Amino acid sequence: MKYLQEFRDGEVAQRMVREIRHLVTRPWKIMEVCGGQTHSIIKNGIDQMLPEGVEMVHGPGCPVCVTPLSLIDKALAIAAQPGVIFCSFGDMLRVPGTEGDLFQVKGRGGDVRVVYSPLDAIDIAVKNPEKQVVFFGVGFETTAPANAMSVHLAKRRGLNNFSLLVSHVLVPPAIEAIMSSPGNQVQAFLAAGHVCSVMGFWEYPPLAEKFGIPIVVTGFEPLDLLEGIRRAVLQLERGEHRVENAYARIVTYAGNLEAQKLLAEVFEVTDRAWRGIGVIPQSGWRLRDAYRAFDAEERFALTGIRTVESPLCRAGDVLRGAIKPAECPAFGRECSPRHPLGATMVSSEGACAAYYNYGRVLSAEQLAGAGVSRG
Amino acid sequence: MADQRNDGTAALDLAAWSCPLPLADYPTIVMGHGGGGKLGNELVEHLFLPAFRNPALESLGDGAVLDLSASRIAMSTDSFVVQPLFFPGGSIGALAVNGTVNDLAVSGAVPKFLTAGFILEEGFPIAQLAAIVRDMAAAARHAGVQIVTGDTKVVERGHGDGCYINTAGVGVLRDGIAVGPRRARPGDAILVSGTLGDHGMAIMSVREGLEFESQIRSDCASLNELIARVLDAHGGAIHAMRDPTRGGLAATLSEIARASGVGMVLDERNLPIRPEVQSACELLGLDPLYVANEGKVVFFVAPDAAEASLAVLRNHPLGRDAARIGSVTAEHPGLLVARTGMGANRVVSIPVGEQLPRIC
Repeated sequence: MKYLQEFRDGEVAQRMVREIRHLVTRPWKIMEVCGGQTHSIIKNGIDQMLPEGVEMVHGPGCPVCVTPLSLIDKALAIAAQPGVIFCSFGDMLRVPGTEGDLFQVKGRGGDVRVVYSPLDAIDIAVKNPEKQVVFFGVGFETTAPANAMSVHLAKRRGLNNFSLLVSHVLVPPAIEAIMSSPGNQVQAFLAAGHVCSVMGFWEYPPLAEKFGIPIVVTGFEPLDLLEGIRRAVLQLERGEHRVENAYARIVTYAGNLEAQKLLAEVFEVTDRAWRGIGVIPQSGWRLRDAYRAFDAEERFALTGIRTVESPLCRAGDVLRGAIKPAECPAFGRECSPRHPLGATMVSSEGACAAYYNYGRVLSAEQLAGAGVSRG
Repeated sequence: MADQRNDGTAALDLAAWSCPLPLADYPTIVMGHGGGGKLGNELVEHLFLPAFRNPALESLGDGAVLDLSASRIAMSTDSFVVQPLFFPGGSIGALAVNGTVNDLAVSGAVPKFLTAGFILEEGFPIAQLAAIVRDMAAAARHAGVQIVTGDTKVVERGHGDGCYINTAGVGVLRDGIAVGPRRARPGDAILVSGTLGDHGMAIMSVREGLEFESQIRSDCASLNELIARVLDAHGGAIHAMRDPTRGGLAATLSEIARASGVGMVLDERNLPIRPEVQSACELLGLDPLYVANEGKVVFFVAPDAAEASLAVLRNHPLGRDAARIGSVTAEHPGLLVARTGMGANRVVSIPVGEQLPRIC
């Protein structure tokens, strides 16, 4: 298949692993920012193939995982209101709020719908003029253009029954926060290919310069990831710190200019709270004043919401790369995809869920018997 | 004549009352179709009987009287609530017949008779019911089974999803066949009769209004003939069979691994998956290993009969894409391990519920 099988060739992968092995003279810690990359690494067992010393640290790039609990609680409150059609991407439905999740709201009679694009929610709003249609617009720069477009269309069509519950977050400020955090051990980054397909990678050279770190724009297929890792290791071994593009079939330096224009028109930069991490200055987007009428938080009076995080969950440490999922005491015990304490256990892009779903919850002996290490 | 009552309404003489409309002209299901009266009879006489015609059904008794002349039979039941009711490659009607036929066939039985129970929602178009019944009749004919008794209930509008169907079935166990989920043994080869995930992705593509360049069709089919071919040729070597429906291949294999107390190793490179299904799964963030099939069967075969069984499968139209996908091992009992295309290993676990399409 075009653009899939070519990047999943096992023999080429083994050759690339050998190349990386030849390069490595000492241990390196490389963070893949994006949850999609984490999922692919664990699913394909890439972390198990890498030579000893090259360690992948999983980053905060899972939109479901970093959406603040308080916003999940707001979503639950809005979705439970009569006369509301609450639209969301599928993997937000099982994220636990303080009390329950969107599936439970749906079970109690709330009109909660899974859509594949915010533009589907616009269609629903057009067809249901007597209802208030809300789209749960979360994510990184990748999902932002479609969310911006939905609000743009709603305004142009005078759709007064559509609004966006929005919490967008941005990758470069997250890299800055991780590199500035005390005890940081990350020495290089794989930048998220899909984010860069929208934004380009012009934002990254100042970060590479400031922190002296290699940043390699990387795709999601096994060979893409291995190539990203190879280039990062090569730079680290040579003592270089440049921004490289290892995903050139998709990403250009400037990115998608049309999308960036729309984003700038609809959104403005704001401080954002990241679940498990805390507030990172200037790390997200909110609707500009001209579009504020389409902000669900403005449209619905939400009071009396009490937000309480699980005291056991260490998702924040996982998202910062401070611990691996299996190092959390609750992993596989109090916390599983069935009873997730934190969002990292929910989305397929969440590091905890990836570890759990690909069996890293089993005992070291069981895994060794199956030819898998716990990671 | 109706008496004039004090409150001004006319009391109905129920014995003489009949609906002013010719009943057969109702275009949609009304509550009366489940009431056991004239309307219900009309459905039986004008729809079910002509479509399913067979001696046991025609006697219209409270139960069907059947002659099986067998001491060991298999029974199975399944309910069907699929939405949409009609989808590329099938319908709820075809599914209701094939699903139960396949459950009997993988038990090692020759499917013979089915029951059909309908729960219809008030307002459901009779033309759609007729199309569903036609599909059931065609599927039953194709599978060589008879629908011998049935039931219809109607629920108020808003209390159902148009049409639900339950089928139960009886089959006669074949001699000399000892299959069961506990019988997979270390060394067994694992064969699958064709491509994975077609049904689930066909349903998802229509349900979610996703338009792909090439239409994905459900693999909905009765497998009893295909299974009979394999059992006729190598019955003694087949230790377990299962149709990987809900939860997909991963759920089916995990169940058998746990029931048999064995481990399994899958080679991901050998999994037969259509490119369009793979692409759709990639797009939605789903794994075809967990996506439902409705016309596939997995065999656990003694290793010396594996290649010959595979050849039998590939000679049948429903088994053209059959593949040997892995083997049973005494190591890591209860665990399913996939050798990834990269040459690494990973554990394949059972998902909690439905797979959820991810954000990006």
